[in-house]
Amino acid sequence: MWTARSTLEFCVGKKRGRLSDDHLPEYRRGVAVPPFATCPVARMVDVTPMAPPKAEGDASAPLLELRGICKTFPGVRALDDVSFPIWPGEIHMLCGENGAGKSSLMKVLCGAYVADEGDLFHRGEKVEIKSTLDARKFGIAVIFQEFSLVPYLSVAQNIYLGREFPGKIPGTIDRQKIRSEAQRVLGMIGSDIDIDAPVHTLGVAQQQIVEIAKALSQNARILVMDEPTSALSDTETEHLFGMMRRLKAAGVAIVYISHRMAEVFLLGDRITILRDGKKVATLLPDETSPGDLVQKMVGRKVDAIHRRGANIKAGEDTLDVKGLTGPSGISDIHLNVRAGEIVGLCGLVGSGRTEVARAIFGADRVTGGEVTFFGKRFTGGPDEATRRGVALIPESRKAQGLALIRSVGDNIVVAALDRLFPSHLFHPAKAGKVAQAMIKKLRISTPSARRAVQVLSGGNQQKVVIGKWLTADARLFIFDEPTRGIDVGAKAEIFALMYDLVENGAAILMISSELSEIVNVCDRAYVMREGIIAGELSRERLNEENILQLGMHHE
Amino acid sequence: MSQIEAAAPKFKLTVSRDVTDVAYRLLAVALICIALSLVSDAFLTANNLLNVLRQASLVFFMASGLTLVILTGKIDLSIGATVGLSACVAATMIKSTGSSWLGAAAAIGVGSIVGLGNGLMVTKLRIPSFIATYGMLWVAQGATYYYMSGQSVYGFPAGFRALGSGYLLGIPIPIYLMVAFLAIGYFFTKRTTYGQQIYAIGANTVAARLSGIPVNSRLNLVFVLSGAMAGLASLIYLARLNSAEGDIGETLTLPTIAAVVIGGTSLFGGVGSLFGTFIGGLILTLILNGMNLLNLNANWQPLVTGLIVLLAVWLDMKTRSKTDSN
Repeated sequence: MWTARSTLEFCVGKKRGRLSDDHLPEYRRGVAVPPFATCPVARMVDVTPMAPPKAEGDASAPLLELRGICKTFPGVRALDDVSFPIWPGEIHMLCGENGAGKSSLMKVLCGAYVADEGDLFHRGEKVEIKSTLDARKFGIAVIFQEFSLVPYLSVAQNIYLGREFPGKIPGTIDRQKIRSEAQRVLGMIGSDIDIDAPVHTLGVAQQQIVEIAKALSQNARILVMDEPTSALSDTETEHLFGMMRRLKAAGVAIVYISHRMAEVFLLGDRITILRDGKKVATLLPDETSPGDLVQKMVGRKVDAIHRRGANIKAGEDTLDVKGLTGPSGISDIHLNVRAGEIVGLCGLVGSGRTEVARAIFGADRVTGGEVTFFGKRFTGGPDEATRRGVALIPESRKAQGLALIRSVGDNIVVAALDRLFPSHLFHPAKAGKVAQAMIKKLRISTPSARRAVQVLSGGNQQKVVIGKWLTADARLFIFDEPTRGIDVGAKAEIFALMYDLVENGAAILMISSELSEIVNVCDRAYVMREGIIAGELSRERLNEENILQLGMHHE
Repeated sequence: MSQIEAAAPKFKLTVSRDVTDVAYRLLAVALICIALSLVSDAFLTANNLLNVLRQASLVFFMASGLTLVILTGKIDLSIGATVGLSACVAATMIKSTGSSWLGAAAAIGVGSIVGLGNGLMVTKLRIPSFIATYGMLWVAQGATYYYMSGQSVYGFPAGFRALGSGYLLGIPIPIYLMVAFLAIGYFFTKRTTYGQQIYAIGANTVAARLSGIPVNSRLNLVFVLSGAMAGLASLIYLARLNSAEGDIGETLTLPTIAAVVIGGTSLFGGVGSLFGTFIGGLILTLILNGMNLLNLNANWQPLVTGLIVLLAVWLDMKTRSKTDSN
């Protein structure tokens, strides 16, 4: 196990030391952080690794250090004696299964939770973070997956929301200064977003940049990012990584939560692994491997995603789509899925995959083409699709898949009410029994079937959504990003479930942005591009390269 | 966390929100009753208590339908105007045909039609329920004024008047009706798949639709039921007043919403119960009754109602954030 000291020396020697010298005295004195504005853009962009700072340099105290942080909720020890330092200019990866304590830790850092035990040290001084205001004071900013931007205000207005510069006349605001300051902050991170654009006209990636700019405009020195790439395309991700490297070079520490192994090893200076609320280890990327990391995260050996055996017995046509066209931007979609098959639907984010899934399920209006389920023409809405044994596991669990304030049991039976109670008389005891059986079958980790779904971890919530459709006796499953925001252990379980389903004659259409998942899990795949099917890849030709080739935009 | 969660006691006493919410409210009713019986000798008499219940029953009929609407996360602001229109149509129907039954059918029919109009505006035209039913409020009220043209209709058969002011075994008839509809409503919301679907729609409409619930037809159903219950309430009202005028329902909507909210039903949908609404109406009536008994100026009534609504919502939010924070 690494002691704080040895880690520190290592870091100073090899990994860190990319701060420009002229900031060092200020750091050393531990006084106010140099305003971000004082870093010339050029230096931030073209930073070359420099010699380690002289002597102890600014490294004498970490930007923030956690010591023995504990947080307990009724029945759950969310954080248990977690200690680690965060150094300036490092990207600190935080890994762990869902429910391992990452979110709780994040909330302790940003002041949403107050730790029951343990101390926080800011530049060596013990501090208390009791509110988000405190966190801001110490330069900690969290970029959540759900952004906190006001859609109808401009980029500049959002960046300085609540901190508007006063104008000459008391009570007014200086719009010009807001705009020029916003322009400056965005310029520093090399972004060319139009500061006057209303935020709702921006894409997810750009909104994220606005969030980051907002944090930086408040002199954030520690950025906590929760799976920032989960909704980004590849180029957007590249752009974000470039920006992160620049921030890092300017001495900003980034705590980065990710489930994607590639990112962890590509970006991470150090990797801290949490499991069951405890810190398992803090490692350097050189001294671990993806397999090792996974093992440490789950605490047991996890079978990698297996490609299924070659002997797939594809049966009857379960889903047949011919020329489906709709106002949501899809046109002339042809695809079919047979019983016993897992068929992938891939393509870049925004290529129309989700729209195809929704159109098939009857959730969006269509203007042409036909959908056939189990050999019978389908023209109805989601209620009719459900009756026909079709399931949609939507992209956004919380917004579209679950009634968060309702109980686990209520959510499990909701799609099966007509099937379980054909007379429309509802028996709570019977519903409870059915839910209990499903909780057991899918190993959903919940204290009780009556607990509200919102307290469950992402992986368990996803299992509840799947359980809902198993209870409804679905035979055709449309999975839209089934593993988004789900940890490795739960991913493996969900794939195992999918295999089990097709073994028993169900059919699966699976949308995923993770090409490796498509390649490993699917029997064949369709690739979408700008609302059309760009091509179909048979099992032999199904590899990441071919998917990318078909899915990329060709001018 | 999974291991830790698994270690948590398996048979923890979990009481559902509905039960605790109602328990708090029953406690409030008990406290109000104790307080009123201490300050007024007239309170704890059979006559007064039955009077309170009879008044509460009127509130309950209107509020029960509205509760269903609010459970789905929508609102019906046209309740009072619907009561007015139904009452006036029923009144003229009874006068012209002499049949109380036809009058009753007319009231409930008119209420249902208004409700269906609300439902279709929300589901087909996609107008937010707040606006759709607000518009309906004026339409129904205007129709009532036009229909009555300043006249009033009064003097109904004794058989019909019994519906509002009659007694059976010493207990006012509306109280029997309230108990019956409370039982039916409880059964409908808790023991039918329709009720479950109503809660599911209120908790997350998008997820409910994607889970195969026919959201539009359920929304139409709750709006029709809300209108029909307003029609029923108009009959009791009519039978009690023994006369109908154009402005009969004007002041009824907001107290009805107050009863639902005091009863613990969330305006965001998905949380609440009919029994809670019954108690909400009871609390409201008890307070007003107490003010009467103490000879307090009736002009204080709206102010007191407002304070109770705010207090109830504040207490709900306090207890809810406590239990939901984990």
